[in-house]
Order: sequence, then C-alpha cells, then structure tokens
Amino acid sequence: MSKKLLAGPYLIWMAGFTIIPLALIVFYGLTDGDGGFTLANILAIATPEHRKALFLALGLSLLSTVICLLLAYPLALILRRRNIGRGSFVVFIFILPMWMNFLLRTLAWQTLLERSGVINGILTALHLPNQSLINTPGAIILGMVYNFLPFMVLPIYNVLCKIDDNTINAAQDLGANFFQTLTRIWFPLSLPGVISGITMVFVPALTTFVISNLLGGSKILLIGNVIEQEFTRGSNWNLGSGLSLVLMFFILISMALIAKYDKNGEGTAF
Amino acid sequence: MKTLKTRIKYIAENFYLVLTLIFLYAPIMTMMVLSFNQSKSRTQWGGFTLDWYLEMFSRSTIMDALRNTLVIAFLSALIAAIIGTAASIAINSMKPMPKTIIMGITNIPMLNADIVTGISLMLAFIAFGISLGFKTILIAHITFNIPYVILSVMPKLKQTSRSTYEAALDLGASPLYAFFKVVFPDILPGVLSGFLLAFTMSLDDFIITHFTRGAGINTLSTLIYSEVRRGINPSMYALSTIIFLAVLILLIITNFAPHARKEEK
Repeated sequence: MSKKLLAGPYLIWMAGFTIIPLALIVFYGLTDGDGGFTLANILAIATPEHRKALFLALGLSLLSTVICLLLAYPLALILRRRNIGRGSFVVFIFILPMWMNFLLRTLAWQTLLERSGVINGILTALHLPNQSLINTPGAIILGMVYNFLPFMVLPIYNVLCKIDDNTINAAQDLGANFFQTLTRIWFPLSLPGVISGITMVFVPALTTFVISNLLGGSKILLIGNVIEQEFTRGSNWNLGSGLSLVLMFFILISMALIAKYDKNGEGTAF
Repeated sequence: MKTLKTRIKYIAENFYLVLTLIFLYAPIMTMMVLSFNQSKSRTQWGGFTLDWYLEMFSRSTIMDALRNTLVIAFLSALIAAIIGTAASIAINSMKPMPKTIIMGITNIPMLNADIVTGISLMLAFIAFGISLGFKTILIAHITFNIPYVILSVMPKLKQTSRSTYEAALDLGASPLYAFFKVVFPDILPGVLSGFLLAFTMSLDDFIITHFTRGAGINTLSTLIYSEVRRGINPSMYALSTIIFLAVLILLIITNFAPHARKEEK
C-alpha cells in the first residue's frame, strides 16, 4: 500500500503542471477577452492568412515526415544488420548532436545554404550555377528533416532489433525475395516503431516556429510562427490559445494512432 | 557472382551510412570551424584565431547564460530522476487500469508539441501568480524531464524479480533497506540513463524555455535566439565547441572503456 504513495508527488506535479495548464489553454481558447464563451478564436483558423499558415505547415511537415521515413528505414535496417557495437552506440551517434545547441545547429545550415555559403561555394568551384537555397520552403524541409531524423531512426531501429533473425530466415527459406521479406515481414513487424517515429517527427515539425524563422526568412509564416507571435508580440492570448487548440486536434490524432498501433509501448525512441 | 553482389551491397550500405553521418555532423563541423574564424561573418573566412575562446570568459552574458543552463539542466534532471523513480516504483505495483491511465498522462509532455507545453505552462504560471524567472524555467524543465526518467526506469523495474525483494524482507530487512540493497542496484542503470537523457533534453531545449522565462534571465538557447538578428558573437561557437568536445570525450570514455577492458580479459 505504501508503495503507491510514492506516486503522490508525481501525480500532484502532473496535475499542477500538465493537466491544469492544458485546461487553461482550452479555457482561453474558448473565451473572449471578457471571459464570455466564444468559438471565434477557433474559427479564426479559417481566415485566409491563418489557413495559409496551417496548410503550409501541414504540407511541409507531412513532406518532411515522408522524407524522414524514407531516409530512416533503410538506415535502421542497415544498422540492425551490421549489429554495430551494441544498441547504445547507435543511440550515442544520434543523441550526440543534441549536445550542440539546437539553434546553433540550425544556424549552421544558414551558413551552409546561404547565397555566398559553403554549398554554393562548392558549386562555384565545380563550375555549376549557384542556387538560391536559403529562405525557401525547401530549406525549411531540410531543417525539419535534419532536426527530427533521429526521432524517426531510433524507434524504428529499436523495433527492428527485437525482430528474431529466425523469422527473416524462415521467410527467405520459403522463397521470399528481398522485396517480399520487406513488405510482408520487416514492415508489418516494425509498424509500432514506424508509427511512433511518424508522430515524433510530424508533431514537432507541424508546430515549429524556430526552423521556419531561421531558414525560411521572415516571409514564410507557419502556424507555429502565428501562435508564437500572438503570445510574444500581439499578446492576444485568446486567439493564440484558440489556434493552439486547432493544433492540438492534430496532435490528438497522432496520439490516437500510437495508442492503436503501439499498445505495448514497443516503439519508444530511448 | 553472389560475392560480387554482396560486396557491392556492402559498399553501397557503407556509402549510405557515411552520407548520413555527414548530414548529421556537417553543421556541427561548420560551427567548430567558425569558432576559429577571425572574421565575425558566418560566411567569410578571415584567418585562424583562438581569440573567441579567450573572449568568452570575459563576456558576462555568455557566462551567466552558461551557468543558468547547467544549473537548470542539473537540478531539473536530478529532481526529475527522484520524482520519476519514485513514481515508477509505484506505477509498477499498480493494477493494469490505473497503470494505463497514469502512463497515458506520462506520455502527454512527450507527445505534445513543445509550443503547446510552453504556452500552457506560461498561462498556468501567470494564473497561479508565479512570476516568470529561474523558478518557472526549472519547474517547466522538471515537467518535461520526468517522463524520460519514467520511460527509462520502467523497463528495468519490469526485469527485477519480486522474489529477491521479498526474500530480503523475509530475512529481516526493512522495506527501505531492502529497496536500496536489492532493487535499487538493479534499476540504477535505468535511473542514470534517464538522468542523462533528461539532462540532454533540458540542455537542448529552447521552445519551452522561451515561453516560461522572465525578462531578466537567459539560458544559452534563449541568448542565441535573441542574438540571431544582431549577429551571434563567435564566442558562442567557441563555447559550444568546448561543450560538444567535452561531452564527446566523456561519452567515449564511459561507453567504451569498460567494454574494452572486458575484451582484454
């Protein structure tokens, strides 16, 4: 009985600093400045500028998620087959970059992508035409893929490592070629990791305002930028909360997906 | 024929791994190179210098931000490790139903968008009448760190056998003594990796800190963000390079030294 009391501090903490704060967003989002009930803050998503920011964020984050998945899956397969060191080494490689500040790493891409930057320098040296890379949607996608790729690789890798070699051998003994093994064995068995990876990339990509700020210039506004400005500059907290509720709708969808496909918590990243 | 095919496949795989590593580490190398750049510009090379490494110690804004960052990361990871480990033990002994509910709540800060977590905490602090500053950053970091600890400790707890703990009790150990002598050594690796993960997450966080900090306080992240438009002082690159290399060396020692010794035997 006394053991359960140990959860006390945690439950009080979570109630005070997770549940109540989220309830406050709902409260602010559904009220106007005087505290009266209104749906205007949520419906504000339909105004052209907000709608544009939401659709752009959805498009860029979906594209980044797909690119991350396409890059990460073969990577996880190779890492599993190589059995490099132990699991901790792979985690080490992907966690290590986080020790250099996230903003500085993203800023470094500015240096690499700029008109007079490193990549254009290499292109010039090769007598190829310069490209305008910075301040484009493409640069934002690159930033998203760069920052969130580890969150796709690690859960997939962890799930792949749990698949028994014998299952794969059995499939091959029965005459399955590489493609058949991939689509009928590897992929279905690794689905919890894939789903968890997708949500771990999609949610931060959808809601980012830093990457679009640093790599997209000031002209490209994502929904995250709009919300951030409402809270730091515009200080219309009700509108900001209302737009956050719209975002939370998409986050809830991804949480529901995880609950459906990853019941045992297999696809965790760490 | 088969061997040629497997060899080509092997080379292609290596190529892919190397490309990924370049992609992951190119920006970090860029920052390291810039920390030795005499010119303040991020795109022009003005010759080699170590000046930025000396200058950073005399810049009080950077040193203050560094101290805040480290203190917050350490304290938040430590407090999260204590609360999280206690919670894990309790959760582990619960029935399936409350267990599922609590693990669901645990997942909220992990799956929720940082911007929503940051905004919601900011609204809560203002509603509770807590003035934004060091305290609020610390509370926010503890909040998002606890789940990392719980998710690191829970798998270790599942592996420990209940009978050894009960055996200790039968032999006359008090529950507390039995816990620290029997259970704790088994889950210690989980607690440590949870602590380290929490520390890393706290160190790298910008978004939640951005919303929960007051006007007078900066961590390295928020300081960098405020300097983006004016141009970042290269001392920041120098500091980041030092931190990165220190961590790299530390992790290499802790990860590979005991392993290598085992192989020698």
